[in-house]
Amino acid sequence: MKPAPFDYVRASDGAEVLDVLHRQGADARILAGGQSLLPMLNMRLARPAVLVDIMHVPSLQSIADDGTALRIGAAVRQAELEARPDLARRQKLLAAALPWIGHAQTRSRGTVCGSVAHADPSAELPLLLVALGGTVHLRSRRRHRAVEAGAFFTGMMATDRADDELIEAVSIPTARPGAGYAFREIGRRHGDFAIVACAAVVENGRARLGIGGVADRPVAQDMPGPDDEALDEALDAFAWALEARDDLHATARYRRELVRRLGRATIEEAARCRA
Amino acid sequence: MGADVTAETGWVGRSLPRVEDAALLRGAGRYIDDLGTPAGTLHAAILRSPHGHAAIEAIELAAARAAPGVVAVLAGAEIAALTASLVVGVKAPMECWPIAIDRVRYMGEPVAVAVARDRYLAEDALDLIEVRYRPLPAVTDPLAALADDAPVLHPTLGGNLASDRRFSYGEPDAAFAEAAVKISVETRYPRNACTPIETYGVVAEYDPGLDAYDVLANFQGPFSLHAVMARALKVPGNRLRLRTPPESGGSFGVKQGVFAYVVLIAAAARTAGAPVKWVEDRLEHLAASVCATNRVTRLDAAVSAEGKILALAWDQIEDCGAHLRAPEPATLYRMHGNMTGAYDIRHVSIRNRVVLTNKMPTGLNRGFGGPQVYFPLERLVQQIAVQLGIDPLEVIRRNLVPADAFPYRTATGAILDSGDYRAATDAALRQGGHAELVARRAQARAEGRLYGIGYAAVVEPSVSNMGYITAVLTPAERRRAGPKNGAQATATIALDPLGSVSLHVASAPQGQGHRTVLAQVAADVLGLRPQDIRVITEIDTARDAWSIASGNYSSRFAPAVAGAAHLAATRLRERLARIAAAQLNVPADEVVFAERRVRARDNPDNSLPFARLAAASHWAPGTLPADAEAVIRETVFWTPPELTAPTEADEVNSSLCHGFIFDICAVEVDRVTAEVRIDRYVTMHDCGRVLHPGMVAGQVTGGFAHALGAALYEEHAYGPDGSFLSGTLADYLVPTAMEVPEPVILHHETVSPFTPLGAKGVGEGNCMSTPVCVANAVADALGLADVTLPLLPARLAEHLFAAETSPPDRPARPVAKPGERQLFGEGSATVEAPREKIWAMLLDPDTLAAVVPGAHGIEKLSPTNFRADVTLGIGPVKGRYRAEISLSDLRPPKAVTLTGGAEGGLGFGRGTGHVTLTEEAPGRTVVAYCYEAAIGGKVASIGGRLLDGAARVVIGQFFQALATQAGGGRRGGFFAWLRSLLPWGG
Repeated sequence: MKPAPFDYVRASDGAEVLDVLHRQGADARILAGGQSLLPMLNMRLARPAVLVDIMHVPSLQSIADDGTALRIGAAVRQAELEARPDLARRQKLLAAALPWIGHAQTRSRGTVCGSVAHADPSAELPLLLVALGGTVHLRSRRRHRAVEAGAFFTGMMATDRADDELIEAVSIPTARPGAGYAFREIGRRHGDFAIVACAAVVENGRARLGIGGVADRPVAQDMPGPDDEALDEALDAFAWALEARDDLHATARYRRELVRRLGRATIEEAARCRA
Repeated sequence: MGADVTAETGWVGRSLPRVEDAALLRGAGRYIDDLGTPAGTLHAAILRSPHGHAAIEAIELAAARAAPGVVAVLAGAEIAALTASLVVGVKAPMECWPIAIDRVRYMGEPVAVAVARDRYLAEDALDLIEVRYRPLPAVTDPLAALADDAPVLHPTLGGNLASDRRFSYGEPDAAFAEAAVKISVETRYPRNACTPIETYGVVAEYDPGLDAYDVLANFQGPFSLHAVMARALKVPGNRLRLRTPPESGGSFGVKQGVFAYVVLIAAAARTAGAPVKWVEDRLEHLAASVCATNRVTRLDAAVSAEGKILALAWDQIEDCGAHLRAPEPATLYRMHGNMTGAYDIRHVSIRNRVVLTNKMPTGLNRGFGGPQVYFPLERLVQQIAVQLGIDPLEVIRRNLVPADAFPYRTATGAILDSGDYRAATDAALRQGGHAELVARRAQARAEGRLYGIGYAAVVEPSVSNMGYITAVLTPAERRRAGPKNGAQATATIALDPLGSVSLHVASAPQGQGHRTVLAQVAADVLGLRPQDIRVITEIDTARDAWSIASGNYSSRFAPAVAGAAHLAATRLRERLARIAAAQLNVPADEVVFAERRVRARDNPDNSLPFARLAAASHWAPGTLPADAEAVIRETVFWTPPELTAPTEADEVNSSLCHGFIFDICAVEVDRVTAEVRIDRYVTMHDCGRVLHPGMVAGQVTGGFAHALGAALYEEHAYGPDGSFLSGTLADYLVPTAMEVPEPVILHHETVSPFTPLGAKGVGEGNCMSTPVCVANAVADALGLADVTLPLLPARLAEHLFAAETSPPDRPARPVAKPGERQLFGEGSATVEAPREKIWAMLLDPDTLAAVVPGAHGIEKLSPTNFRADVTLGIGPVKGRYRAEISLSDLRPPKAVTLTGGAEGGLGFGRGTGHVTLTEEAPGRTVVAYCYEAAIGGKVASIGGRLLDGAARVVIGQFFQALATQAGGGRRGGFFAWLRSLLPWGG
C-alpha cells in the first residue's frame, strides 16, 4: 500500500499543466482530489511517472453560471458545488444526486471533473452529464475542444480524452422551465458504487432516462413519457440493451429489473416535480 | 462520580465514564504503530500469492536483494531453515508454515519477505522478485474438497479431510426411530470476518548472544500460542519475549492470527540482524489474516407431534481453509458442550469433519463457532414450526431448558450455569412490544407488503475450557497426549511506597474498557475510588504473570479476568487487614476498608488512611506484626474447577458460563428492490451480573452491528480457481452507522454461581443469535424454506420478480455465474480489407508487434508459439505482463484458435479465443471473435467490479486498431488483440 516512485509537479498555471502533459503524455496523470487516483497509486495499480497537481491553478477553480449551464472548473471540489445555495433551483438533478457520491469526506476532496475523467461506469457525475446533455471542455497545447458528454465516455474508465489533454471544465445544463428532474440509486450500502443509478428528465410529455452502474459507461436514452403506454416496452428494451453483468453484489437480471422498475419510478417522480 | 460512594453501595454495576476514553477520543491512544521503534529498525513487506493453488517452480530474489535500501529478502526456503513448522492441532501428517514452501495454497499466502530501510523501498523490492508459478487445480468448496478426484492441498495428508470424528450421546437412534416426525435443514454458513480498524502489527528483534527473540505484537491471545511460536522459532519459551502494546485497535478474535506473522517477522529480523517492523495493510488483512470458518451442515431432528425436539443428528463439514492453523479446528469444537443450544434435548449424534480448501486459513472471530451452529439450529426450530403448523414461539417455549433444571448438564457435557429462559423470553416479548409487531405484520400483509418476524434463542458460552479442543482427538489419543483443561486467569495487585494501588491482568483489551471495570472492582474491595487504582493491561511474557489461557477472547473478561482481579484484591485486603488489626488493636475480621481509610468496624474514629497502611511494608517492615508478612504484591491464579478435561465418553464442559439470548427481529422486504429493512430488533440478554451497564450495551450493540454485517452484507468470496474476490472494502461490505438500526436491549439477570463476581460473557452473543434471527424474519416475510447469508437483495429478488423472457433477437449467452471470474465475450468488426491480407497479419506477429504500442521483447518460439512482455491498461491502471501465446486449429484464411496465458504484478489470466474471417464482399472482411478467459490475482480481488468491462474496452481497442491497420492506418494489430484475451488490462 505504498506507491511506486513518481515525480510531483505542483502547477501554478494552466500552461504548466499542459506543458507536462505535452511532454509526458500517458506517463503523466492529473492529480486533483485524488479520491480515485491515490488508492490506485497505493495499490500500485497505477504507476505514472509524474503527477501534476492542478489544485493550485487559479483559472481552474471557478464555477460560472451563464444562465443555461454551470461551467465547473477542473479544481472545483464536489463539496463546493454541493454547497451552492441556489443549486437545487439551478439544477435539481445535481442537488439530488451529489449526496449519493461516496461520502461527505470523499466529496470534500474529490472534484467534479476528476470524477468525469475517471469515468467509472457507476459514478453519478458522468451519469448526470450524459443525462443532461452536458459538455466536456478539453485543452492541450495543440487545441481546445468541447465534446458532448454522450460521445466523451467510450467505455470502462475510458474516455475520448487524448493523453496530452486536460479536462479544464465541464458544462452542466441548468434546469429548463417546465422540465422535471429526478434521481434514484440503489447500492448495497450508503455511499457504495451504484448497482443501478437512474437520472430522469421529463419535458413536453417526453422523458430522457440515464442509467449508471449497468453498462460499461453511463447511457442515456429518450423515452416515451410516463403516461405513454409504450414506456414499459421502451424500458424493457433499454434494460436489455445495456448488457448488464453479474458481479459480487448483484446479478444482471436484478440490474435489468431495476432499470425497468426504478427507471419508471424515477421518470414518474421527474414528471411530478416539473418546475 | 461521587467520592461518597462507599464499598457498601459499590462502584461495580455503575456506568462510570471510561478511563480509556480521554486518550482514545483525543487520538492519544498508544497503538503498536504509534510506539517508537528501536534505532535502526527496518521495515518488511510481504510478497503474496496471486494464485489460489500453484506450485512454485522458481523464485528469483537476486534483483530484489540488490535494490536500494534492501537488507534482506527471504522466501520459503530461508524461513524453513530458521524455523520449524507450526504445530497442527490434529493428529495428521501435514505441516503448517507461515510462508509458502514450494507451493501456494491460497491467494494472499506469503511467498517472500523483503526487509528494507523503509516500507516504500521494501515494496519496491517486491516488484523485483520473479516467481514462476505452475497453476494447480483449486478447490474452494468444502463438499467438493471431499470428492475422490478433488485437488489435494497437502499431498502428505493424502486428501483434504483433516479430521473425521463421530459422537453419540444418549440414544439418538432410538429417538429417531420412535419420533413422530423427522425434520431436517441443510445450510451453508458463509465466510466472514471481523475487520478491526487496526490491522496486524509486529516489531521483532533477535539477540544472537542470548539466542532470544523480543517481539512486540498486537496479539490478543490465547497465550497458548506463545508455545506454538516459541517451538516454531526453535527457542525455549523463556527466549521468546512477547509484549503487547497498551491499546489495540479492535480485534474481535482476529488478532489471534498475528502469531504466524510473529514467527515470519522474527525470522526476518534474525536474518536482517536488526529489528524489523511490519504493519499489515488492508489488502493483506482482507486476503490473508484470519476469517471465520464457513460450514456446511445437515441437521436432522426427531420431533414429537407437539414440536418437542427429542433428538438431534448433526453432520458438520468445517472448512478451515488452506492450513489447519492453531487453534483450529477449535471453531468446530468451541460449541461442543452446547450443541443443543438453549433446549432440553437428551439424545444427540454428531459427525464433525474438517476439510482444507484453497482459501485463507481460519481462526478466531467474534462468535467463534456460534453462528455456524445456531444458524442451522434456529432455522430448524422455525422449520419445525412451519412444518407442524405451530407458532414458532411455542416450539421455542416447549423446548427451552426449564428454570428448575439449573445447573443443567447438557447431553454433550456442558453445565449451563444459571438461567430462567422462559421468563427471559416472556419478558422480551412483553417489553419488546411483540404484540405490536404481530399487528404490524398483519396490516402490512393485508396491504400486500412483505413483512416478517423471526426469533432466535441461544446460549452464549464464555470462558473457554482450554481442553475442549482436545475433543477433536479420540479418547485414546487424549490419554497419550495428557489431560488439558481449565482456563487460568491471573491478576497481580501491587502497592507502591506512596500506598497507591496498581493492578495488572494478563488480558489484551481492544477497546472494551477493561481498565475502567477493573478499577471499579478493586476500588470496591479496598474501599478506594476507581481513580485510585492504576490498571495495566499490556502483557510482557518476560515480566508478568501469565498462562496459556491469558488474553482477551471467549468473552472471558467479566467472568474470569475481572473475577481474578477481585480475588487478588480480596486477598490483598485480607493480608492488609492483619497489619491493620495490630495497628487499630482490633481483630482482623473487624477491620473495614471504606472511603480510602481503614477503620475498626465498631469505632469509626479508630482509623488510619489506606495509603499509610499500604505503604507500611515498604517503609517499616520491622513494625509489622509477627503473624503478618509484608504486603507489597499479590498474584492470583484462578481456574474454575468446573472446566474439566473431556471424559472418556467425549462429554466436555466446553465453557464455564452460558448466557442466554432471545432475539426478535421484524423486517420488511421492499417489493421493488428486494432490500431488507429492519423495522425493529429486540435482544434480551442474561449475562449474569452486569458489571458496567454502559459497556454491556456497547458490547451488545457492537455485536449486533457485526452480526448484521454477516446477515446482510459481508462475505469472503472466492472464485472457483481460488481467486479471492472481496479484497477491498468496496467489495467486502462492512455495515456502517447508516446501515445499523439501534437494537432494543433488554436484560434478565441470573447470577452465575461459577464466577467470582457472578458475571458471564456478553460480547459475542449477538454474532450467534442475530444472523439467524434476521434470516428467520426474512424467511417469514417471503415464505422461504431455504435462506442463504448474506441476504443479497439480488438473491431475494429471485423470489419476488416474475419470470423474465429474453427478447427474441437476443439469444441467451453463456454468462459467468455470480462470483466467478470466468469471462465470456464475442463480437465482430467489419474491416475494409481482403480476407487473405488480414490472415497474413494474424500470422505475422513480428510485423504486428512492431506497430503495437506496449509490446516489448517479443520472442518467437516457433511459427505458432511466442512469448512477449506486454504493458496494458485501462485509464490510469497499467501493468506489465509476461505472456505466452500459441496458435492452433489454423484453417487459412478462415479461422484460428489462440490459447495463452499471462502473468504480471497485477494478476494473471488464461484464455482461449476463436477468430473467424468471413469475406462479406470483395475487399471487405468480417472478423468475428469469441473468447473465454479466466482472470485472477490482485486485479480480481480488488477490481472485480470493473473487470469484465475493462476486458471489453481492451478488446474494443484492438478491433479499432485492427481496422485502422488493415485499412493502411498507422496503428493496430493482432498483438493488441492477443493481449486483450489474456490478462485483465484495467
